[in-house]
Amino acid sequence: MLRNTLLMMIIVFTPSAWAVLDIEITGGEVGEHPIAIVPFSWEVKNRAGLEDVSKVLSADLKRSGRFELIAEKKFLEYPHHGGEVNFENWRALGVESLVVGRVVPGEQGSYVIQFQLFDIYKRAPVQDAGPAEPEYKIKQIIGYSLPSAARDLRRTAHYMSDLVYEALTGEKGIFTTRIAYVTAITQAKKKNYQLRIADMDGQNPFTVLKSHEPIMSPAWSPDARRLAYVSFENKKSQLYVQHVDSGKRQLVSSSKGVNSAPAWSPDGSKLALTLSRDGNLEIYTMDLNTRKLRRLTRNGAIDTEPAWSPDGKSIVFVSDRSGRPQVYRIPVSGGRAERMTFQGKYNARPSYSPDGKTLTLVHGDSQGYHIAILDIASGVIDVVTDGRLDESPSFAPNGSMILYATSGARRGILSAVSADGKVKQRLVLQEGDVREPAWAPHRN
Amino acid sequence: MLKKLLLLSVLGYSFVLAGCSTTGDTKTGEGAAVDDLSGEARDAASTTGLPGAGTFEGDPLDNPASPLSTRTIYFDYDSSEIRPEYQDVILAHGQYLAENQGKSVTLQGHTDERGSREYNIGLGERRAQSVRRLLLFQGAADRQVEVVSYGEENPVAEGHDESSYSQNRRAEFIYTR
Repeated sequence: MLRNTLLMMIIVFTPSAWAVLDIEITGGEVGEHPIAIVPFSWEVKNRAGLEDVSKVLSADLKRSGRFELIAEKKFLEYPHHGGEVNFENWRALGVESLVVGRVVPGEQGSYVIQFQLFDIYKRAPVQDAGPAEPEYKIKQIIGYSLPSAARDLRRTAHYMSDLVYEALTGEKGIFTTRIAYVTAITQAKKKNYQLRIADMDGQNPFTVLKSHEPIMSPAWSPDARRLAYVSFENKKSQLYVQHVDSGKRQLVSSSKGVNSAPAWSPDGSKLALTLSRDGNLEIYTMDLNTRKLRRLTRNGAIDTEPAWSPDGKSIVFVSDRSGRPQVYRIPVSGGRAERMTFQGKYNARPSYSPDGKTLTLVHGDSQGYHIAILDIASGVIDVVTDGRLDESPSFAPNGSMILYATSGARRGILSAVSADGKVKQRLVLQEGDVREPAWAPHRN
Repeated sequence: MLKKLLLLSVLGYSFVLAGCSTTGDTKTGEGAAVDDLSGEARDAASTTGLPGAGTFEGDPLDNPASPLSTRTIYFDYDSSEIRPEYQDVILAHGQYLAENQGKSVTLQGHTDERGSREYNIGLGERRAQSVRRLLLFQGAADRQVEVVSYGEENPVAEGHDESSYSQNRRAEFIYTR
């Protein structure tokens, strides 16, 4: 019995047990666009151990909150290419879009994913159609053959999701993008902090920095090739920029006091940051080539959490100059700071939507700290989450979702909410705290 | 049999307690200087442990009866104001630094977990700075006092309630030499 207990403990505490973030869709409404994805056929010798690509596609589309996935058990047929589709069988289910496909052998042991996306309702105009009933015909929207090595099948499946999503919504898909986040795990009474990068669905996590001291505020460069972050590894806050592929990094700010809150300019040449080198927390910009600093704020209050507007012209930041933290905007060239938030006593950590029209921020009220969206033109703040300790929000690169940190049962987890607040999902690390997520831009 | 079990569990309990305090000491030894005990508790322990110990010799920093033995002071929610009960502690540290120019201290500022992390770096900095100003006022030199804000990143209590939060809103004196 004792031996069994020991064995179980060993299994439970194996590091790989908490390596991956599990995704749970926690609620909200289903999407409005009914789509059926027929499990792909595998026309290969041995599919053991290979990623189930049509399952990945289904999960991606479901996660976006835009689609209603029709349950497989309702299907009346299982076609694998267009010629096999009897569209009446899909109309009967109320399906608007249909994906069929198969995996076939490619060159040198690789594979090819062949898939087609059909619109069930759109009718191709029939030439010389008489005045009688129009002829119904399903229309292929897209069809691709995607070659892939065995180990890249999951990534290729995400790419397929991007293609389908864009074809149906007109928005760029985000399923091949990645996220960065910080984990904190206590082992043998020592805190272990890790800065990690994973696929946007939490899979394939990779640790890019380990430390026994806190790591904070990861921020992606606009080309998604560099991460700026704060590390306390030398028992004080210092700011680094790390190349994601090579792992090489540079210490970019280590002045006296606080070195924190990095935010990239849209062209990737500068950082906005918070320093207390002049005695108080102020916003600065730094030219990454020359390391030249420019001070933007001059105020006895806490000024921090800068974010660069997508047009590059202004910087929003948080200041408690009014007594409570609120969001302000200042021209990059300097000048007068203009207050942007007037609703609520606590508005912090602003982050721009890709179109620059809204900010997501942390909004505090008597119930706690929630994620909210500020419509810049009207000044209206819309609260989209109801957690008690929600923080660190950032938009997906297509603006469709917001990734943030929240507290689960006794620990930090990541959550995502669709930008309209309707669909929520949780990314749960099985052990330890996950925090400070940052959604990477598209990598071109 | 039942009695034995009870005894064992009592022993086990005290063993756990002993383990806890050891942990606290280890942490302090590592330079993380996490002072889990309040000043009062520590004073009480030394009074019973060392009756009539007489004068203390050596560095006053090591004198458990001195206000210098208090290395952590606590703050109210969203406040960097020094509470009246800590005035004497800061006064003592300021005078000690003024009289021992070879010594230096790092003031770590900490907050509870509520609110935004980077804004909390600001709050922690403000707490440590308000202690620093008082130390300089007592005659400590600028170069003797360094400030590091950890914001909410280094809590001593991991709970999500006010009793944990009140322990986490703090400034710590870390003597570096």
